[in-house]
Amino acid sequence: MRQGIAETVSVPVRKQVFRAQGITRVYRTGTVEVRALRGVDLALNEHEMVVLLGASGSGKSTLLNILGGLDLPTEGRVFFRDRELTRASDAQLTAFRRDHVGFVFQFYNLVPSLTARENVALVTEIARNPMTPEEALDRVGLAPRMDHFPAELSGGEQQRVAIARAIAKRPDVLLCDEPTGALDSKTGIQVLEALYEVNRDLGTATVLITHNAGIQRIAHRVVVLADGQITRDEVNATRVLPSEVSW
Amino acid sequence: MRALDRKMLRDLRRIWAQTLAIALVLGCGIMVLVGAQATQRTLEQSQAAYYERHRFADVFAGVTRAPASVVQAAAQIDGVAQAEGRIGFNAVLDIDGMQEPAMGRVISLPADGPALNLPVLRRGRLPAPDRPQEVAVSEPFAEVHGLVPGSRFRGVLNGQLREMQVTGWVLSPEFIYAMPPGAIMPDDRRFGLIWMNESAAAAAMDMGGAVNEIALRLTRDADERAVIAALDRLLDAYGGTGAHGRDRQVSHAFLDGELQQLGAMAAFLPPIFLIVAAFLVNMVLGRMIALERAQIGLMKAVGYGRAQIAGHYLKLAMLIGVVGIALGWGFGWWIAEAMIGLYGDFFRFPFIIRDFGAGALVISAVLGLATVALGGLRAVWASLKLPPAEAMQPPAPPQYARGRLDRALTLIRLRQTTMMIFRSIIRWPGRAAITLFGVSASVALLVMSYFMFDAVERLGESVFEQANRQQVTLMLARAQNERAVNDALTLPGVRMAEGAYAMPARLVNGHRSRLTALQGHYPDAQLARLIDDAGVVIDLPAEGLVLPQMLARALEIGAGDMLRVEMLAPPREVLDLPVAAVIAQGLGQEAHIAAPALFAAMRTAPQVNMIHLMIDPDRMADLNSAIKETPAVASLANWAEVRRQFDATLSENLLTMVAIYTLIGVLIAIGVVYNAARIQLSERSYELASLRVLGFSRGEVGFVLVGEIMLLTLVAIPIGWVLGYGLAQGLAAAMSTDLMQIPFHITRRTFALAALAVFLAALGSVLMVRRRLDRVDLAMALKARE
Repeated sequence: MRQGIAETVSVPVRKQVFRAQGITRVYRTGTVEVRALRGVDLALNEHEMVVLLGASGSGKSTLLNILGGLDLPTEGRVFFRDRELTRASDAQLTAFRRDHVGFVFQFYNLVPSLTARENVALVTEIARNPMTPEEALDRVGLAPRMDHFPAELSGGEQQRVAIARAIAKRPDVLLCDEPTGALDSKTGIQVLEALYEVNRDLGTATVLITHNAGIQRIAHRVVVLADGQITRDEVNATRVLPSEVSW
Repeated sequence: MRALDRKMLRDLRRIWAQTLAIALVLGCGIMVLVGAQATQRTLEQSQAAYYERHRFADVFAGVTRAPASVVQAAAQIDGVAQAEGRIGFNAVLDIDGMQEPAMGRVISLPADGPALNLPVLRRGRLPAPDRPQEVAVSEPFAEVHGLVPGSRFRGVLNGQLREMQVTGWVLSPEFIYAMPPGAIMPDDRRFGLIWMNESAAAAAMDMGGAVNEIALRLTRDADERAVIAALDRLLDAYGGTGAHGRDRQVSHAFLDGELQQLGAMAAFLPPIFLIVAAFLVNMVLGRMIALERAQIGLMKAVGYGRAQIAGHYLKLAMLIGVVGIALGWGFGWWIAEAMIGLYGDFFRFPFIIRDFGAGALVISAVLGLATVALGGLRAVWASLKLPPAEAMQPPAPPQYARGRLDRALTLIRLRQTTMMIFRSIIRWPGRAAITLFGVSASVALLVMSYFMFDAVERLGESVFEQANRQQVTLMLARAQNERAVNDALTLPGVRMAEGAYAMPARLVNGHRSRLTALQGHYPDAQLARLIDDAGVVIDLPAEGLVLPQMLARALEIGAGDMLRVEMLAPPREVLDLPVAAVIAQGLGQEAHIAAPALFAAMRTAPQVNMIHLMIDPDRMADLNSAIKETPAVASLANWAEVRRQFDATLSENLLTMVAIYTLIGVLIAIGVVYNAARIQLSERSYELASLRVLGFSRGEVGFVLVGEIMLLTLVAIPIGWVLGYGLAQGLAAAMSTDLMQIPFHITRRTFALAALAVFLAALGSVLMVRRRLDRVDLAMALKARE
């Protein structure tokens, strides 16, 4: 078994996937100091779909990157289940991403020299208990176009390949940064449907960043960030299906 | 400064490492060109001035003994400007502090001063006419033995022990390269030149009123061949040993051979570097222009013309070229100084006229700039064709297609990261080809460089271990009956003695003739044997001559033909002998014959004039002192010592030379691999960062980058071996001179070392780039799209 994240003394809280305590992230470029996050506390539960809303520069991507182990906070602590990410080494963070996190980005980040199936296989080859690339692609409705290169697929299709690649390893959590940001409404809804179904059928906790307020209605919970702080954190009383989202 | 120029300088600073890598490759080519040319020109100029100022003769001839009046007759030959006769002979010297005998070549100084081949007085004075014991000695020999004016040493002159007193140190244009008889390289310790008054020399040799060497200086429009023929006719009656021009004069021929080899180096190496540099400029500029596509679009949109934009990038290429040229000139100057210094150990000039050749500088600068311009032009051209609106859009993503090769690769179920490597190579075959070419050129260059050591080793092996297994060769003052071999066995420490016979001869086939030596080999010779290039011992046929290839080619003769052999020493017979075989033998240009066949043709009893010895090394001192007192021995060659010196010279220079050649050779690999990897990294950082995000470790992501380059390197190595084989063959041919054919034989060690050096250089370069991968900010890389 792979070397895990450092054990901590705190009592594990059941059903919690992520717990962030007072995280602050400061970027320094030369003499300029940018405070992207200012003391954010956040918990994410299993099976939950959370939408992170906020204007550009509000700190939502920074928060997502820190949760996903791509970045470290300047202050504060982040726990994934009972392991502290803020104390993990680079190798441990790599293992964490490999085993537990699925990422979906605005620009898909597919490897252009690999076909859809091969892009998914890229991950299943190194994952511990993956589904087959075919199964993952079937889940997002792309089985018929498996052997196409990214350049031969539409934007929506490419993003669905990215989702298939993200879920193929059966991650504990799916982190999506503006997954529909580069798409029109029709293909955007197809992508949201794919995410919705993954969350519903596999129970994967999902964090979805968007600046499209309409999308918040498909989530269990909505967190709003402004100027590096959480200004609102509430549970949706009623969810809607992605097809009912007004773009 | 204009904004565009400022941009150019900043661009250059940003890609300084890549610029430097290219400039070093280009600089290497220019360094070799400038360095070899400067060395060659400096040696040529010094040689020419030395010859001119000290009246180096054009034609040389030896006779057994001729009246001094023959010199007057020689001066009358049409085309002769000046003639001089003198007495020259070998002597065995006994120098204080030196156990073994040294060899001396005594040269007489005419009473009214020499007119040709003027000695250059370096210290002290020339011997006074009325003091027979006074001599001047060659500077290197005097230096080694501390023979200052006033020092004394003894020598056996014509069988008589005589004491001589040093008056001064001398250099001579005849002995720029002073090779002892029977040796293969100069030996300042064991070989000295002695200038002696004519009267003293004549007295020592019983040559009063006679000469045995004639030198001629020709008029500007003289026909050298005609003069030589006339001189041969004149001297025939006096035992002429064959007149020859400068081309057969040992010192001149060796110096010329060296100059020829420098020329070969200047012609062979630089083009490889220049071609690779052109490709590198193309690669780097192409990438830069691809990255700056939007900027080019913008420049066009705001009204910059095509010429201005093209000029901007070409200027950048030129700047890289200028850096390379400056480096090349600097290092070229440095290497020329070093080489001239090194040559100074072997070629003794009284002065050096430095001529670094403005021509070479200009040619190298033009070539260097043309190289980078050509490399840049193609890249720039592509950028100019795009309309501005399209240029400002990001480029279309690369199209991957599934060709047959791709399907085959899919079938063998590679890992996806391996698949990425193969697809990248298939997608950009041009770039892969440049990397492949560059790395294989590097391997080829190393194979060619290391081959030179193989050749020298092979020569040494062939000369010392196969052909000449004797430790000592005695050269007898005159030919003797075979019984002399048995007498030699009685010398102290001698375990084995073997006789041989050699004499100067002119070989004539129709209008083609060649001055050389005829060597008679006794059957069952165990020590000195005839060996071909493959190391096979040649058994001499019972009848007829055996000729080395080069000699046969020069005479346009083949096996089965008849060849006229004019003996140039007593009994001076002319024999018509069949050519029995032509053999591949690079070293030595003598004709060979079985001794019984030779003496049967001469109708005399078998004779020997050389005796090869195997001795007890512990009794070398006894042998040396015995030989110093044996008048029948005119000179001796100590093969064991020559071997020791050969090995010492080799190992002294070997490590430095290997290091220099390796550095130059792997520079290409470093330049190519570093640039290829940097371009890969720049193009794929987004893709590679994505892999990191997906949970691939640094090592796994690095594999995609390192794997592609190293895969290409592995493919390039065998290609480089083949190229190197061809280059080495060409170099061997270009460097082969009349005196020596470079044996073409490449060892496995050379192939292995070349591959290893390039492999390590490539790995080091790509790992250096890989380190940059660790610094990529994952979150940023995902946002920034080109």
